[in-house]
This record gives sequence, structure tokens and C-alpha cells, in this order.
Amino acid sequence: MKAVVLVRPKAGILDPQGEAVRGSLDQLGFTVLDARIGKVIDLEVEAANAADAQTQVERMCESLLANPLIESYEIEIRDGDA
Amino acid sequence: MSEDRRARVAVVVFPGSQDDRDAALALVTVGAEATLVWHGETELPPVDAVILPGGFSYGDYLRCGAIARFSPVMRAVERFAGDGGPVLGICNGFQVLCEAGLLPGVLRPNRGLRFVCRDVPLRVERACPPFTSRCQPGQRLVIPVKHGEGCYVVDPDTLAELEAQGQIVLRYEPGTNPNGAIADIAGVVSAEGNVMGLMPHPEHAVDALLGSTDGVYVLGSLADAATGREATVAAGTA
Repeated sequence: MKAVVLVRPKAGILDPQGEAVRGSLDQLGFTVLDARIGKVIDLEVEAANAADAQTQVERMCESLLANPLIESYEIEIRDGDA
Repeated sequence: MSEDRRARVAVVVFPGSQDDRDAALALVTVGAEATLVWHGETELPPVDAVILPGGFSYGDYLRCGAIARFSPVMRAVERFAGDGGPVLGICNGFQVLCEAGLLPGVLRPNRGLRFVCRDVPLRVERACPPFTSRCQPGQRLVIPVKHGEGCYVVDPDTLAELEAQGQIVLRYEPGTNPNGAIADIAGVVSAEGNVMGLMPHPEHAVDALLGSTDGVYVLGSLADAATGREATVAAGTA
């Protein structure tokens, strides 16, 4: 089963990468008020069903994939043939 | 008996550690014995202290220190720290200790986004064993930094706690903060005081030829404490 994990810097956490990208977009003539950079982690997991996969991936996020002090995460489980 | 015994310090080697050998050499310079310990080991040899060195463990993949903290040896390091053993994390080692939850907070990319490599002036805020017993409070130390992710971050409540408990050991001198760390923090200790992390590299400041010998204040303190601890334990059991 496939899972997509989206990890983002929490609100209020300084994100210098996002700030640099915002500045660069500014220079290109785009008006961007804020830019934040996170990461996408694509996983393929063995799971009995979507709920099982969700539980597993949540544990992965809590232990390794995200640092709860500075990052939030979202999990999307892609069930079926997708 | 223990007075002429040299402190034994384990220096953990992760895949991607860079400063392990420099740390070992610096320990010898301050009169200690260094043993390199591969991260795959599940036990530490009999040592008085542990150093997690600088470098780029696991290529800094995911987050600095995030993968190294699950290395087998880290279980042993956690037990050692839990028993009150002194553990010093330098640069990447600091990042590993934060990820492992042995120190509060986290290290983020430098505010200026640049890798910084230069000598920085530091102020000693806490002068006590096991890491700064050779220092005076307020003493100025010049020790190099070299990192891309040294911006120490804690939430306001934790910062207040660190200040109140005297857990902030080293600060960058006002106006010299190289990375945007909150409250100019360069080094902190755990609530129990036996685990310390710092971004500057004391192991690169033990020889006048390299510009500064101020790193001896930190590593020498650790060596002093390591032998003292052994003596205390021996006296306690005698």
C-alpha cells in the first residue's frame, strides 16, 4: 500500500530556505508573501488495510520522519491500484 | 590511586563522522585516553565519558542527527547518560543528542543559510563540572565553528527553563552569533547537567599552531571530571 507523508515546518519556526526562495521569486517579478519549504516522503508499506497503514505511518512519523518540536505532518494513504 | 590514572573517553564513529580522529587526538593532548567506538556496537567499552563528534552522520539525510540517533550504540549511550555518565556532543553530536531527546531543542539551518567556518568568541555562563570546571564564569573563549545547521531553537517555555536552571553553558558574544541561535546559545546541558551539546569545536582548538587553545578548557574539564567520577565511585564502594 502506498502512503505519502508531507512534512512541514511548523508555524513560527524560522525557515531560511523558504525565505530565500521567496526572495528569489520576488526578483523574478512574482509577488509572494510567504514561502515555506517542507518535504514529501513516498512510502510503500505492507499493511492489511488503509487503517493499518495509517497507524503504521503515524508511528513512523512520530519516531523518525518528523521532529514534533519543529515539524507537522500529514499522511495520505493511497489504497487500491493507485 | 586514581590520581595518575588517565580518563578514558569513548568517541563514537558514525558513518559520516568527520571529527572523530581530531577529537581523539585532542583528548590525548589533554591527557586522556581515547577509544573510537563504531556506531554499530551495542555496548560501550569501560569508559569515563563519551563524545559524539562532529561531521555529517548519515549525510545529514532527513534531518541532521535524525538517523544516527537510532544507531545501535545510542542505546548504550542513553544508558550511560542515564547512569550520570558525562556525554559531550560536538556540532553533529549536539544535533544527535537533541534528536535523541537527551538535550532539549533542535538545530535548524543557519539563519543566513550559509555554512559558517570561523573562530567565534564565546562567553562561559556556567563554570562547573563536568564540562567547564576549568573555566571562570564570564570567561571569554575563542573556539571555531563550522556548520550549516547550528541555529538552536527551543520554545519560549523551554528557554525560560534553561535560563532559570542555568543550563545555558556557552553563549556567542553579543553581535557575533553565527547562525541565529535563540538567545545566542552556543552550548547547553541537560537538566541533570551530565549531557552537553555545543556547536563550536573544542577539539579544533587545542594547539596554538591552529590559532587557539581554548578548547582545552572544555576537554580538559571533561578529562578532570572523568577521573574524578571514577575516584568518587571507587571511594563510595570501598
